[in-house]
Amino acid sequence: MADIAVEAHNLTVSYHHKPVLWDVDFQLPQGSLIGIVGPNGSGKTTLLKSIMGLVQPDSGYVEIFGKPLEQVRARVSYVPQRESVDWDFPISVREVVEMGRYRPGRLLRRLDSTDKAIVRQSIARVGLEAFADQQIAQLSGGQQQRVFIARALAQQADLYLMDEPFAGVDATSERAILQLLAEMKVAGKTVVMVHHDLQTVQEYFDWVLLLNTRLVACGPVSSAFTEDNLRQAYGGQLTILSKVAHLVEEHDFPVRDRSKKQRT
Amino acid sequence: MNAFWIILTGTLVATSSGLLGAFLLLRKMSMLGDAISHAVLPGIVIAYLVAGSREPLPMLLGAAGFGVLATVLIEMLYRKARLQSDAAIGVTFTGLFALGIILISAFAGQVDLDLDCVLFGEIAYVPIDVWITPSGLNLGPRAVWILGGLLVLLLLLLGLGYKGLVITTFQAEYAAALGVSVSFWHYLLMSAVSVTTVVSFEVVGAMLVVAFMVVPPATAFLLTNKLQHMLALTVLLGLGTALGGYCLAAWLDASIAGAMSVVAGAFFLLALLLAPRTGYRHQLWQR
Amino acid sequence: MNTFLSDPNAQAVVAGVMLLGASAGLTGTFTLVRKRALLGDAIAHAMLPGVCLAFLLTGQKNPAWLLLGALVSGWLSLLSMDFIARHSKLKPDTAIAIVLSTFFGLGIVLLTYIQHSGYGDQAGLDKFLFGKAASLTIQDVLVFGWVAAFIVGVVLVFFRAFRMLAFDFDFAAAAGMPVRLLEFVLATITVLVVATGIQAVGVVLMAALLITPAAAARFWTDRLWSMAGLSALLGSTAGLFGVGISALAPAMPTGPWVVVWLSVAAAVSALAAPRRGILARSALRRRNARKMERENVLKAFYQLQEANPLQLTAFSKEDIQERGYFRYSILRKTLARLRRLGLVEVVSQLRWQLTDKGLGESRRVVRLHRLWELYLSHKLGMADDHIHDSAEAIEHLLTPDMEKRLLEELCYPARDPHQSEIPYDDPLRSQNTAL
Repeated sequence: MADIAVEAHNLTVSYHHKPVLWDVDFQLPQGSLIGIVGPNGSGKTTLLKSIMGLVQPDSGYVEIFGKPLEQVRARVSYVPQRESVDWDFPISVREVVEMGRYRPGRLLRRLDSTDKAIVRQSIARVGLEAFADQQIAQLSGGQQQRVFIARALAQQADLYLMDEPFAGVDATSERAILQLLAEMKVAGKTVVMVHHDLQTVQEYFDWVLLLNTRLVACGPVSSAFTEDNLRQAYGGQLTILSKVAHLVEEHDFPVRDRSKKQRT
Repeated sequence: MNAFWIILTGTLVATSSGLLGAFLLLRKMSMLGDAISHAVLPGIVIAYLVAGSREPLPMLLGAAGFGVLATVLIEMLYRKARLQSDAAIGVTFTGLFALGIILISAFAGQVDLDLDCVLFGEIAYVPIDVWITPSGLNLGPRAVWILGGLLVLLLLLLGLGYKGLVITTFQAEYAAALGVSVSFWHYLLMSAVSVTTVVSFEVVGAMLVVAFMVVPPATAFLLTNKLQHMLALTVLLGLGTALGGYCLAAWLDASIAGAMSVVAGAFFLLALLLAPRTGYRHQLWQR
Repeated sequence: MNTFLSDPNAQAVVAGVMLLGASAGLTGTFTLVRKRALLGDAIAHAMLPGVCLAFLLTGQKNPAWLLLGALVSGWLSLLSMDFIARHSKLKPDTAIAIVLSTFFGLGIVLLTYIQHSGYGDQAGLDKFLFGKAASLTIQDVLVFGWVAAFIVGVVLVFFRAFRMLAFDFDFAAAAGMPVRLLEFVLATITVLVVATGIQAVGVVLMAALLITPAAAARFWTDRLWSMAGLSALLGSTAGLFGVGISALAPAMPTGPWVVVWLSVAAAVSALAAPRRGILARSALRRRNARKMERENVLKAFYQLQEANPLQLTAFSKEDIQERGYFRYSILRKTLARLRRLGLVEVVSQLRWQLTDKGLGESRRVVRLHRLWELYLSHKLGMADDHIHDSAEAIEHLLTPDMEKRLLEELCYPARDPHQSEIPYDDPLRSQNTAL
């Protein structure tokens, strides 16, 4: 695996002082469609957020294209869950997609004609030209999801992190998104996606990451998406592990010992 | 002429408070303006005690200090002590307000502050306190200049910071993913709210600031689904409210601040019942 | 103070304010756990127009009419908030703020209208704004008493139902509970308590009477019963305190002192409550850190012994420091602590060694470390070079019960993934030494 898009090393992440990911280690190849799969509460979204730097890990680190996130932030784009915004917000489809062209240092600048063209193109690619000036509340769930994807496209990134883009989506939108994913793969983009429908994993993805607060398996779908691994991922949490997680939370205990001098 | 100055003052307050209030509403922080406007009372009293008179600058500093203290306390109760956010707001502003009243009572001899005045302001007296240059030129009410200056600053802030405010308000998580500092924009907005509350409060009283911060933006929110339109409508509604409130107050010979709040509420009620597409009448019709 | 308490009027005030505080504290518990803490603020402000209208309509300050006016407009404000939240895209907090400022504005308009139009008997209506706890009459107190008794009765009768409503509204509805009726009852007692309360502390501070005792009580307990009891108790002591201050210093307003007392109680609770308090949580973290330091030093002794070909048992501080990478100052303090606990002793020439008790402890820590490594390796399939860091922390956390479970699940193993021996107190415990 020569070209690595995402590498996580010994990643331990807590949510409200409770570990939800234990020492996760993996490498994801560039140019593939990668599914993160696991039961509810298995840390899928947390994993995506820690790749995106939105939650601070207790230990370990993530590298993207072999570099820390800060150096390659412009090459990564994030598609959050649809439920994460208030859809009554008075804003149009175009304005949301324009956010994909915002950069921290350039917030004071107006978008130029290149930006506008990219925004128009991105909206067209998800098939929402007719809705560009509509307020986002007037869209269906699947269309709303496509708005988020258009925004990510407008970022012109190389790595896309998507949190359940197929959740609550109508058939038309699902087809549109799948079509886009295929195009992105051809263009050499990497897509990492939290996914919860086991039926479609083999059809949609090249690579799969099975998670259940710990890493169960990570590899090409053909070798990693096995019955045995699925049983491990979905067969309930390991009793001792979840009890220890509970002890950590109850005692506000650190999951790494930082008292000692750094070893060299 | 007095009527003109009062309505102008009301409109200026309505515009500054309303523009910020629109963002507070979209961030689901509508009660924060209310809380801050009460929590600054001890700051005003202490400033009065230290300065010995109603000098505007010390008052502004004292009040702004307590405005920030209140936001920090709320934040601390919420994050450090893990108290739910609405309770954190309630505990903080009532405690500080009570402290302010006690200070007024304790130094009753030295503090010429009337509680009524703090709450309901003296917008009727705005035209009396005029700014006269050393050469004797009458420049009109001081309050209008102060509030006008504040509005210019705010418009500058909103103009330059529009994208930052919108993106962090719409979806803080996505803004953070782009590398935009969410807490910078949060505290920038909070400081603007504190300063606006404090400056307007001196002139029109806490109650009217809160009313202007919440009601016109909420009315505009019901009437449009474009943010720029919402902001523009908020300003228009503020003007209408100031005008209508003044007339109502004059007709009834009652509190101007109170009447302006009532008119703002009346506009809201109309929008709630009759707004196209989203109004209650429309909902009934659809059923 | 003595003369004050012998005055029957003062006794009445004390009793009235205490009853009021208790009933507000009790009611506030439910508004707090239902995440509607600021509702009381809006209801209180919204009562002013009702009071003024009652006066305008009847032309007199009959407390019963004014109370009725307050109740009606308080109720109307609740309905309005509900209507706005239900029939528009506005969120509940905005609905609260809108109703608060509009109703209160109307109240101020009516109040100033009354004041300016020369109604003879109007003086004192503004008591509703800032309260008049110090000048409560026996008549007022009787009303408070009845209201408080009614509220306590209602809460006792409906406690379980309210708890269910607060905990999981949808479940309560699905279980066939009359949720609309229960909400109505809860809303009614809230309006009642606010209507009586604003006469004592005024509209602005009424919110504190509902929120602050409940918020303070929340820090001390996780159980709704004890939270409600504590909150009621706090509310009534605050009443006592406020009246006491006013008696000692007549210029002092009662209501604000009541609120300041409550705020101090809340601040103290947030800091000092066991378990949930800020201090308790930082003490817990400090204890965790101490425990880690102690056990790390013990472990260093064990590892030194284990690696030592001459089977020495006494080591210098430098040996220990080198082995465990400790900061010198921490090592010095930790050794002193371990000595006091009888886990290590000084032998000679500044050399330290484990006592028998210390040896057992150090063995336990090493055992837990290696068991956890083995668990991560076997059950989580983690690479052998990735398991040490996690075990460095978790070894200090595992309880004897967890140890037993680990041993059973791993079948009393003999060696960890790095092929180090897992030490047992009783060597025979390891069943598969052959492995």
